[in-house]
Amino acid sequence: MATVLIPTALRKFTAEQAEIEVAGTTAGEVLQALAAAHPALGAQILDNGKIRGFVNVFVGDEDIRFLDGEASPVKADDEVTLIPAIAGGF
Amino acid sequence: MSAPLTASELRRYERHIILPELGREGQQKIKDGSVLIVGTGGLGSPLALYLAAAGVGRIGLVDFDIVDESNLQRQIIHFTSDVGTPKLESAKRKILEINPNAIVETHNVALKSDNALDILKNYDVIVDGTDNFPTRYLVADACTILNKPNVYGSIFRFEGQVTVFNYQDGPSYRCLYPEPPPPGLVPSCAEGGVLGVLPGVVGTLQATEVIKILTGIGTPLKGRLLLYNALDLTFKTVKVRRDPKWAVGTPHPTVTKLVDYEQFCGLKRGGEVSDEISVAELKEWRDQGRSFTLIDVREENEYEYANIGGKLIPLGEVVARQSEIPREGVVVLQCKVGGRSRQALEALKAQGYNNLLNLAGGIAAWSREIDPSVPRY
Repeated sequence: MATVLIPTALRKFTAEQAEIEVAGTTAGEVLQALAAAHPALGAQILDNGKIRGFVNVFVGDEDIRFLDGEASPVKADDEVTLIPAIAGGF
Repeated sequence: MSAPLTASELRRYERHIILPELGREGQQKIKDGSVLIVGTGGLGSPLALYLAAAGVGRIGLVDFDIVDESNLQRQIIHFTSDVGTPKLESAKRKILEINPNAIVETHNVALKSDNALDILKNYDVIVDGTDNFPTRYLVADACTILNKPNVYGSIFRFEGQVTVFNYQDGPSYRCLYPEPPPPGLVPSCAEGGVLGVLPGVVGTLQATEVIKILTGIGTPLKGRLLLYNALDLTFKTVKVRRDPKWAVGTPHPTVTKLVDYEQFCGLKRGGEVSDEISVAELKEWRDQGRSFTLIDVREENEYEYANIGGKLIPLGEVVARQSEIPREGVVVLQCKVGGRSRQALEALKAQGYNNLLNLAGGIAAWSREIDPSVPRY
């Protein structure tokens, strides 16, 4: 089971859970499983099953856009981090 | 090149100068340096104070806002006695009080596509302390076009992100975030609240990177994004890769001129007067018993503090929860002053809604004009 780290901005969609373990061997599978377990979160990060462009997904410390996208392999002990763009500064 | 450090400056910066990594040479580089701080709010406050104290020779500030009481919880460059005065004036006074050697240049404008390049080009390092996506992309693109290092920090509730873009062949903002979130999907800025100390932590991290860039010491935070979580007390860094499509110095750059960033971020107002309703009209509708649905798009804590009987669906959830918003009949969208409800309206319009009205002035206007017993905040 890979561990998905949920940023505080999205925790209201996961009943405040910060880490969620889901099964999957690719980044795409992990996110689909995550969306199935937490549909409200799924609506935020997926659009017709595709990862929304402004949501960055990292496996370990690598952005999947620079690996194999949704096909990027995920090992059982990997951490998958969702990093949404934030803009606050004031 | 500024004048050599004076005897008084050598005394003032003694604790810097005795650092072998910095020395007199490093302090001279700080003095020779110029930094533009975009926004003198939560991030801009500690940035301006520390960079002034450190001896940065020329500091530019961009802001057009007035100090408000609600700023004081985190914008530590502004004091209680400054409420009601322009932020630039307040910030400049504090900077010169800390360090009269500094040259402070104030730019009393909203940064836009037609003035950004002219303002940014006169500085060595740009620091982004703004609070919304259109300005973030504007600053980022302008830095890319001018090939200026962009010391980036952003905050949201309890989390911060820090990195350095466009530095020594490193990635640019768009390598990390090619496209902005559509309005209405992510709470964009002020509405989510922010822990007051958070911009202090993030802004001082940015200030540290500025000093490193000016002096050339250490390992700059380029190609790495630092994620700080105050609630869990974690620091994590992930890699930011250079994307040839977006980075500085690519043979066929994608970013060659500035665009309309309000439009780019999907925030352009419809401009039709007909999709607004005043609080007086809303009161009349209620008195007449007219049927309509009132949706309050603020956050739960704001709703608990004060509401006017709308159904709560925060801006960040309106698209995901659209099944709860009727497509028939009239739907009035309401927030604190009318900005977020406008974003919600545009986001829902994009989902095919055509029965929406924006409550002009929001709950603040309702409290002011209709029912003073509704608490203001």
